[in-house]
Amino acid sequence: MPKIKLATKSPRIDMTPMVDLFTLLLTFFILTATFRPQEAAPVDTPFSVSEKPMMDANVMTVIISKDNRVFFNVDNGPDTILKFRPKILTEMGKRYNIEFTPDELRKFEKSGTSFGVSIQDMKAFLAAKNSDERIALEKGVPIDSADNQLALWILFARQVNPSVQTMIKGDADSDFPIIRKVLDILQDKNVNRFNLITNLRGAGEIIVTEETTE
Amino acid sequence: MAEIIQEEKGKGGKKKPKKGDAHVDMTPMVDLMSLLITFFMLTAAFSKPKVMEIVLPEKIKKDEIVEPPKIAESRTLNIILGPQDKVYWYPGKADPAVTVLQETDFSATGIRQILLDRNRALFRKIDDFEQKVIRGEIDIKQDSVANAIKQLKKDDDTGPIVLIKAYKTSKYKNFVDIIDEMSIVGIARYTFTDISWIEENLVNSALGIAPVVQTPAQ
Repeated sequence: MPKIKLATKSPRIDMTPMVDLFTLLLTFFILTATFRPQEAAPVDTPFSVSEKPMMDANVMTVIISKDNRVFFNVDNGPDTILKFRPKILTEMGKRYNIEFTPDELRKFEKSGTSFGVSIQDMKAFLAAKNSDERIALEKGVPIDSADNQLALWILFARQVNPSVQTMIKGDADSDFPIIRKVLDILQDKNVNRFNLITNLRGAGEIIVTEETTE
Repeated sequence: MAEIIQEEKGKGGKKKPKKGDAHVDMTPMVDLMSLLITFFMLTAAFSKPKVMEIVLPEKIKKDEIVEPPKIAESRTLNIILGPQDKVYWYPGKADPAVTVLQETDFSATGIRQILLDRNRALFRKIDDFEQKVIRGEIDIKQDSVANAIKQLKKDDDTGPIVLIKAYKTSKYKNFVDIIDEMSIVGIARYTFTDISWIEENLVNSALGIAPVVQTPAQ
């Protein structure tokens, strides 16, 4: 009887299906990943126990940075296709007698980032070539009572998109009076429901002591 | 794990051409891909921030005359957010002669304990209810649990009415923290009001700053 000769090949696993699967997964995650455009001012949001996830669409965000500048952002989600942004900017321009070219409107629509410039600086802001130029212009949206542009942005955002919800993204270390002022401006425009953007953390221990008096 | 094929030597000149091993070593590729997948998965899962919803009472217009809601003084608890994460509190009504501010902090034994002591009845009720839902003693749909708790809060008439005020140098973080405490402890009624000059002076004296003289006319 002839002996059965075993193959002396080193065992090798065929990795092709694995690679196939991985490529598929990778493509999926890359495509679903949404790259957030760089914000002008880094904001460290405070922690809270709230577990409600942030909504994607129909939001306007008032951002308050650590150095108490106010930024505004509207329609930075999937609803950008509804072209609310250029409409809001046009309304805003009309109020201040600034005519925006279609090119500028498109640029504003596409950027999707928050802005902290006064409407007078908006043209220069949109024309800026690099982020250094943009950052130099971002002194914050004016909120003083003489020229309360934030109030107008809120007004027009709500006129153009009535179902818009208000988000407040404040830095944990920003001073409270400025937050109070922003809340005041929003309440003047009849916005009484706010969503504060926070990070999740545990509640910590809750010590329930026994009743002593009663 | 690249393969190094060593040529056998000393077998007498005849070189055998190796049989074409058309395998490409895919291990590094797999390594890289799993790394990228992990990265994208993690960023996708954690990029979403949370929101905390607050509803403030409607502002009273300047020309409107509205009777302020009357609340029992015995149930009132005033909390003043101070600088450097300090919290001051006092019960009842502010009286510059009598009121003494108590100082505490945001730890579990600080303001949370004070609120819990006053809100024990309601906190127990909510806690009992949640436990029963977990144990399955109460048959209720998951989405109506929040509504049931809301109803419990609404029916409550023993817990404190918390008035939150902020001193001018307090931080936004403190504001979020105190609202957080309200939801942890299950306070049914709390609102946010402007700090009065009496309270401001009380905080000033607690901080060792000379009180600001102000006419009580406003």
